[in-house]
Amino acid sequence: MKEVLKELERRREAARAGGGRKRIDHQHAKGKLTARERIEVFLDEGSFEEFDMFVEHRSIDFGMDDTKIYGDGVVTGWGTVNGRTVFVFAKDFTVFGGSLSEAHAEKVMKVQEMALKNRAPIIGFYDAGGARIQEGVAALGGYAEIFQRNVLASGVIPQISVIMGPCAGGDVYSPAMTDFIFMVRDTSYMFVTGPDVVKTVTNETVTAEQLGGASVHTVKSSIADSAYDNDIEALLQMRRLIDFLPSSNTSELPEIDFHGEPQDDPALDRLIPANANKPYDIKGLILKTVDERDFFEIQEAFARNIVTGFGRVEGRTVGIVANQPMVLAGVLDSDASRKAARFVRFCDCFSIPVVTFVDVPGFLPGTAQEYGGLIKHGAKLLFAYAEATVPKITIITRKAFGGAYDVMASKHLRGDINYAWPTAQIAVMGAKGAVEIIFRKDIDDPEKIAAHTKMYEDRFLSPFVAAERGYVDEVIMPHSTRRRVARALRMLRNKDLSNPWKKHDNIPL
Amino acid sequence: MFRKILIANRGEIACRVIKTARKMGISTVAVYSEADGDAVHVEMADEAVLIGPAAASQSYLSADRIIAACKETGAEAVHPGYGFLSENAAFCEGLEAEGIVFIGPKPKAIRAMGDKITSKKIAAEANVSTVPGFMGLIDDADHAVKIAGEIGFPVMIKASAGGGGKGMRVAWNEAQAREGFDRSKSEAASSFGDDRIFIEKFIEEPRHIEIQILADAHGNGVHLGERECSIQRRNQKIVEEAPSPFIDEATRAAMGEQALALARAVDYQSAGTVEFIVDRNRNFFFLEMNTRLQVEHPVSELVTGIDLVEQMIRVAAGEKLALRQGDIRLEGWAIESRIYAEDPVRNFLPSIGRLTRYRPPEKGRRNGFVVRNDTGVAEGSEISMFYDPMIAKLCTWAPDRAGAVEAMAEALDCFVIDGIEHNIPFLTALMRHERWQEGRLSTGFIAEEFPDGFSLPAPDAQGRQVLSAVALAVELLRKDRLDRLPGRLAPHGGDIKRDWVVRLNDEYVPATIVEGMVSIPTELDVTIDGDPLTLVSEWRPGDAVWKGKVGSRQVAVQVRPILNGVKLSWRGMSAQARVYLPRIAELDRLMPVRRAPDTSKLLLCPMPGLVVSIAVEEGQEVKAGETLAVVEAMKMENVLRADRDCTVAKLNAKPGDSLAVDAVIMEFV
Repeated sequence: MKEVLKELERRREAARAGGGRKRIDHQHAKGKLTARERIEVFLDEGSFEEFDMFVEHRSIDFGMDDTKIYGDGVVTGWGTVNGRTVFVFAKDFTVFGGSLSEAHAEKVMKVQEMALKNRAPIIGFYDAGGARIQEGVAALGGYAEIFQRNVLASGVIPQISVIMGPCAGGDVYSPAMTDFIFMVRDTSYMFVTGPDVVKTVTNETVTAEQLGGASVHTVKSSIADSAYDNDIEALLQMRRLIDFLPSSNTSELPEIDFHGEPQDDPALDRLIPANANKPYDIKGLILKTVDERDFFEIQEAFARNIVTGFGRVEGRTVGIVANQPMVLAGVLDSDASRKAARFVRFCDCFSIPVVTFVDVPGFLPGTAQEYGGLIKHGAKLLFAYAEATVPKITIITRKAFGGAYDVMASKHLRGDINYAWPTAQIAVMGAKGAVEIIFRKDIDDPEKIAAHTKMYEDRFLSPFVAAERGYVDEVIMPHSTRRRVARALRMLRNKDLSNPWKKHDNIPL
Repeated sequence: MFRKILIANRGEIACRVIKTARKMGISTVAVYSEADGDAVHVEMADEAVLIGPAAASQSYLSADRIIAACKETGAEAVHPGYGFLSENAAFCEGLEAEGIVFIGPKPKAIRAMGDKITSKKIAAEANVSTVPGFMGLIDDADHAVKIAGEIGFPVMIKASAGGGGKGMRVAWNEAQAREGFDRSKSEAASSFGDDRIFIEKFIEEPRHIEIQILADAHGNGVHLGERECSIQRRNQKIVEEAPSPFIDEATRAAMGEQALALARAVDYQSAGTVEFIVDRNRNFFFLEMNTRLQVEHPVSELVTGIDLVEQMIRVAAGEKLALRQGDIRLEGWAIESRIYAEDPVRNFLPSIGRLTRYRPPEKGRRNGFVVRNDTGVAEGSEISMFYDPMIAKLCTWAPDRAGAVEAMAEALDCFVIDGIEHNIPFLTALMRHERWQEGRLSTGFIAEEFPDGFSLPAPDAQGRQVLSAVALAVELLRKDRLDRLPGRLAPHGGDIKRDWVVRLNDEYVPATIVEGMVSIPTELDVTIDGDPLTLVSEWRPGDAVWKGKVGSRQVAVQVRPILNGVKLSWRGMSAQARVYLPRIAELDRLMPVRRAPDTSKLLLCPMPGLVVSIAVEEGQEVKAGETLAVVEAMKMENVLRADRDCTVAKLNAKPGDSLAVDAVIMEFV
């Protein structure tokens, strides 16, 4: 072989070695994979095309010019997931702790730009120490350049972040602007300022895990959309997520082979308990509606009174939003509204039809909610549904009370197909409250109140008043739900609806 | 014949009776409690009457409400099923008073057989063999030796007030009888404050074998051979079969004759069962008579071809038995497995919840065997804590016992139940048990063979091979489908990677594809851990059971999706399976093992249930074995005790709380 060719191989070897054997072993000892290993697991075998392998930093301060390592702490490039293009970057903790230099930032910016230009998803694996302090403002500038590109790509291509180690300071804001953030339990954490600074400023003593571990961000802060037990589990789940998503806002929905016509499911006729106050698990209905019980849940551990996630119907991706009667009776509160609003907007960006299951007793009352801005948070969900132009299918299984009825993809918010089960109760409120207001003069006569309540229940706690007005298109048998949804989705494939031209809307943030 | 009957029961037996009534052209009335509004028996019947709240005492056990329901609907007769009011003579009389027919024996027979002492006396008078023993009390050791000699060794020396094995001694000779008497007497005195002692014959390797009889009001009676019900756990039958692998023709005839003699003695008119205990030498002794349809009657139906419910209805309507003893032929072998909503690995504690999936195996006759499933639930049904936890009776029939066992193993493999815990893994393990397969049974079988309870068996060599192969086939189909997604950079060339690693629980099993196309139906030549195998199946993604061939073996493996893989179950063995390319398997080995959270300092609720009482306070020191709390589930109180000395740090539950499984009841220091 010619010497120059050998030289290339030697240089490649050096670049692939990253921070060296010792640091790689250290990474493994912590239960983490290296940047290159992560990319290997995530992409189809042998599909990775690396960019900027030989990039080095240009810093000369603090003796940095003596320590240069190929790649400069981040591995970037592209490859395929089940044959479809995905751009990737992975912070390399073995090289300068994955810290961000100007050169490092430029590598990330390059794949961001290529992903946007080529309309393919981009995913980032985070495991880094933040800005490279020695570079000062050059690093800060690098961050902002990345942020700007995140924003331009938002809504055009799916952007995903996976936190697989430390992620702090300037590093947190790029993930925060992507569509989804995932974490790895025990090995990852994410915060703006770490425990040391917290101690100095507020005198609080917290560990990194308590401040920004996976359990904090999946349960309390809702920063993260899900968490996994280890790197392999997380990376393979990211492949699964990519399979659900279109490559960009102009791409077709991914469609996989699907066997057999949707069948009736008699078990659904038993789903709603005889007692209207008894909960049932809405996930049972979701799993019976989507293909093969395959449901990728988003924010499973947060605001569990509403369920969001991706499934497929007849091989094509749908977004599912459902009130969960098992948790707080499925009530809408600030957290649930925000969670679902963001999910609906993601689906609308990428032309993923939204199927909504409604069993909602209303908005959660109380000072905590009102002080917390329930009006504006609730408005986010209302806004998200109202502006969405994707196919919207709504099935009311039981309660649809008050303003929450309006919000949950009602006919009035341009719901395309709105179905109700015979067990549906579409009304301004439950019988007790309504009777006490309408018949206030009879409040001291239990017999009359009972008679009024019975009348109210018979007349208004049903889907038929709404059906008489055309607010529901049809009252359907529970067992036919999957078939009905599948047929509606087929019919809506060519739906063409757009909102008036605007620079952008002004959702109540 | 009746035009309309009411079924005073619920669950599978109500459905079972409705089926036969429908076949006979009789319309049916179901009764139901408030907990059973959506139940299958209500759906199946022509009419249904709500008879009260969930508690059985106010619904299914309320004779008044059931009689009222008969009058309301014009039902002419009542089939009681088993349990509830089936052996309640007062209920029969109540019906009679209203001119409604009870489909079962007359009150007199029910009463006579309902009392243990009376029934034994009647049996002895009718020359039915009873356990030899001395009816009176034993005075002293000499008396004990004398009586023991009369009965014949071995004998059981028993404290009158005894229980739980205390004050019980087996004596094989005079010396032991003498010593046993003294020991039992002193033990009985100290344990129960009552030193009265009895002696009776000790039954070695006892088996529970019962005779099914049918008798009419015209003095005709036949027996339908025996059922063996020796597989019991705490006196609850789990698996039954007909015929018994132990009984010969002569014994069968003798038992049948005695059973009929007893029936004649009480003027029995219906289907009934005479239970015997049989010792190792095929000596049989009367235990009791059940004056109703037994749970396990389907095995008799499968070997005789006789519909017992139909016969009961005909007898109740006054018809003469159309059968003579000579018409009754036992053909082939039938086994019944009772499917319970209970968790076998948690000491068989009841499990409640919704059946999110309930897919019984395919019913009917195929390849020379028969599968029958008597059930009262359907997918979506709620298993409540109010009633018996039995949800189905799975029966198989084959020309011989080995065939019926094999068919049962296969049927259990295909039985998919999700949403609750159930005993299918235990039943499956039982079907594979050598001693069961050889038919060497006794009522002590489960206690002897599973002395430490049951735990899920790890896959053996064969399980490892089958599960790895199925995991590979499932993953390849999934992969192949994704390889044909639209929007790919290049169309899929049809190439599949040859080398894979199946991670089965924590073990890595190399697998290779030698030849074949990944498609449906699948036909692949693979090697699993170096062994060549051919896989053939028509499984499609989403199917709950992978049926097909792995090598020469026909298998049915249950497939449940888990994160990045599948959970597979076959023959009681389960494993989490993930299929990786070799490089990913290599990296996977680097992943840390996540420790399960430490629960040693917590008292967890072992099953979903209601806290009845908390016996301790915060800060209290408790000794091992002391009661901590009582939790009730399915009408059973479960006492939770300290497994070591400890101090209570914090109480997380209070009486009246409804807890989920594994909810923390209290914390220890």
